[in-house]
Order: sequence, then structure tokens, then C-alpha cells
Amino acid sequence: MNINLTLIGQAIAFFGFVWFCMKFVWPPMVAAMAEREHKIAEGLAAADRANRDLEIAQEKALERLKEAKQEAAGIVEAANRRATQLIEEAKDTARLEADRVKAAAQAEIDQEANRAREQLRSQVAVLSLAGAEKILGASIDRQAHAQLVDQLAAEL
Amino acid sequence: MAGETQTVSEYIVHHLTNLTYGKLPAGYERYDGSIVADGGAWVMAHGGDEAAAMGFNAVHVDSMVWSLGLGIFFCWFFHRMAKRASTGVPTGALNAVEMIVGFIDKTVRDTFHGRNPMIAPLALTIFVWVFLMNLMDLVPVDLVPHTLALLGVEYQKIVPSTDPNITFGLSIGVLLLILYYSIKVKGFGFARELAMNPFNHWLLIPVNLFMEVVGLLAKPFSLALRLFGNMYAGEMIFILIAALFSAGVMWMVPAGLLQIGWAIFHILVITLQAFIFMVLTIVYLSMAHEDH
Repeated sequence: MNINLTLIGQAIAFFGFVWFCMKFVWPPMVAAMAEREHKIAEGLAAADRANRDLEIAQEKALERLKEAKQEAAGIVEAANRRATQLIEEAKDTARLEADRVKAAAQAEIDQEANRAREQLRSQVAVLSLAGAEKILGASIDRQAHAQLVDQLAAEL
Repeated sequence: MAGETQTVSEYIVHHLTNLTYGKLPAGYERYDGSIVADGGAWVMAHGGDEAAAMGFNAVHVDSMVWSLGLGIFFCWFFHRMAKRASTGVPTGALNAVEMIVGFIDKTVRDTFHGRNPMIAPLALTIFVWVFLMNLMDLVPVDLVPHTLALLGVEYQKIVPSTDPNITFGLSIGVLLLILYYSIKVKGFGFARELAMNPFNHWLLIPVNLFMEVVGLLAKPFSLALRLFGNMYAGEMIFILIAALFSAGVMWMVPAGLLQIGWAIFHILVITLQAFIFMVLTIVYLSMAHEDH
């Protein structure tokens, strides 16, 4: 319990350690901590900003989606309209074509019929002459009765 | 534990004796009957009587070594941590150190209103160093002294803060800082503060001076004695509990319980004393910076 030189040694050591701490411990420590604090604060702010940006982007995306939907609906509607129009046109063309084909066929049929009729007519003259010859038992002068036969053929 | 040949009081006295190296005065009769020659002699004291005879010309080797060792450990450890500190994620011991630094920084900000880059490192040094010195109190009282005794070192007090030299050494350092900053900040105002307070009349200057100087000196005294008293009393109780172990087998259990209980309580005491020493130092220096 004696007071002695230890006292002075301790006081000198005290200043030494305080000096060391002031020089080599405190400043780098506090600087690192402050810098980290700053960095964390910045990070948090950035996260906030990112969140806000995300919200805005989502809103924008939603808007774009709505627009796209509307656009798509418009396109579909136009396509539908166009389709019905095309169908109508096709129907018309088909109808016209059918009419035309029908008419052509009819004409051909008529032609064929006429031709058959002509043929028939010419053969009828021969047949009827032959028949008449057989009936009359005598030959008929083709020249003399040509008029009659033609008349008959024309009546067919 | 007390040796076979030791009485309890010898045991306690042995534990309270510092390992002292100092100068014995000429003509002093040593423990072995030899007489110190003219001019004195620098020797290791053998027992408290010789240490007392050395007077001021002595050093408590154990206090000094432990105190310096712990201070150097503090500097080394905190310096290493400071080098490791970066803006990245702090891990492990760095976390603890940063917590302490942050805590001290906040305390200094709250208490010290001036602007002085020395106060915070000073507070950190005081807090950690005093805490480490107090912490030695929790090392079982016989562990280190007994081990060293086996190695031939006679006395060993491993708690530096139970040595008034250590606590007064610290508080004298604080007093010098108070004086330095008082004069630096207030200049002549410091002298006027000493002379013209609390009675603002020239006739009462001696009274004022006396009161203010006593007030000024009371600061380091209270700092040093508070720390010393608390740690000395705590150490004493640890020694008494340790002595209780030697009282007989039936005392083992109560002594063990007492030891644990006091140690747990003491964790609070050592931290609190370190904190009080630090805060009061900040407060005193804050007062030194305030110009009235």
C-alpha cells in the first residue's frame, strides 16, 4: 500500500496508451464505421428508389398491357369483319361462277339437244321414207316427195 | 489455498503484498540479517517491511507488468481490429470492438459538449484498460500467484487496480489533462475562476482559492479512491472466500457458492467502475472546456 514510483510509471503509460489509441485505433475505426454507415444508408435509399421504380414500372406495364389488349381486340374485330367480308365476296363470286357454269352447261345441253334433234330429223326422213316404201310397196320418188318428207321432218 | 505453514492472516497479508523492486536505504537490516551498504541498494523487497522501508524509490513490478501488459494488449488488439475494420460486413471480434467504440462514441457525444478529438480515444483507452485491469479480479486469487510462487516469484498481485499507485497514476494523468485544457481553453480565465468563485470579492480571494483548489484536487482523488476502494474490497472478499476453503471440508460448498455469487456480482462491479471512471473523466474534461 505504499505510494512509490509505480504512480509515475502508470501516469506515463496512461499518456502513452491514450496517444497510441488517438493515433492508431480511434480514427481508422471510426472512419470505417462512419463509411459503412454511409454505405448502408445509401444502400437503403437505393433500395427505396428501386422499389419506387418497380412500382412505376409495374404501373406502366399494366397500362401497356391494357393498351395491347385493346389493340388486340381491335385487330380481332377488324379481322372478323374482313373475314365475313371475304366470305361474302367468295359467296358472290361462287354464285356468279355457278350461274355462269350453269348457263354454259345449259347452252351445251341445248346445243346437244339441237344437234340430236337435227340428226334425228335427218334420220327420221330416211326412216319414214323407208317405212312409207314398205307400206306402199313401192318406191317413192325421193325427189317428188322430198317436200313432203322435209315437211314431216320439220314437224318432228 | 493457504499453505500448511501459513495462518489465515499470513495468507491474506501475502496476497496483499506487491512484488516490489526498490532502493533500500543505507544501514537497513535485511530479513537475513545483512546490513545494506552505504549508498543503498536496489533489490527485490522481501516482505512488506522492506517494501515500506524503500519509500518512494520503489516500483511495484507486478502492478506495473500487468498494467502495461493489459494496456499493450488493448492497443494491439484494438489496433488489429481497426486495421481489419472495413466497409464490409463486420464479423466476430470486430463486432464486439465496434460495439464498444460505438458505445463510447455515443457516451462522449452525449456528455462532452466541446470539440476535442482527444476525448473519445481517451475515454476508450480508460474504459477498456480499466476494465481489463479490473477483469483480473475474476481470475481465481491463487492461480497466478501460486503458479509464480512455484517458479520462484515470491509475491504477486495480479489486479493492478487494487494498487493505489495504479489508480492514482491514472487520475493524475486525468488531472494533468484537466489543468492543460483549462489553461488552454480559458487562459487567464482559469485563474480568475479559481480566485473569484464562489465569492466574487477581492477580499475573499484566499478563501476562494482554497475552496477551488480543494475542489479541483478532489476530482482525481475521488476518481482514484473510488476505483481503488471498490477493487480492493472486491479482491479482499475473494481472498477471504479463498481462505474459507482452507477452513475445512464442510466449508467447501458454501465457499464455492459464495465464490460463484461474488464473481457474478463482480462482473457488474468491474464494468460499472470502468464506466464510472470513464464518464467522470469526460465530465471533468467537459467542465475544463466550458468557459463561464
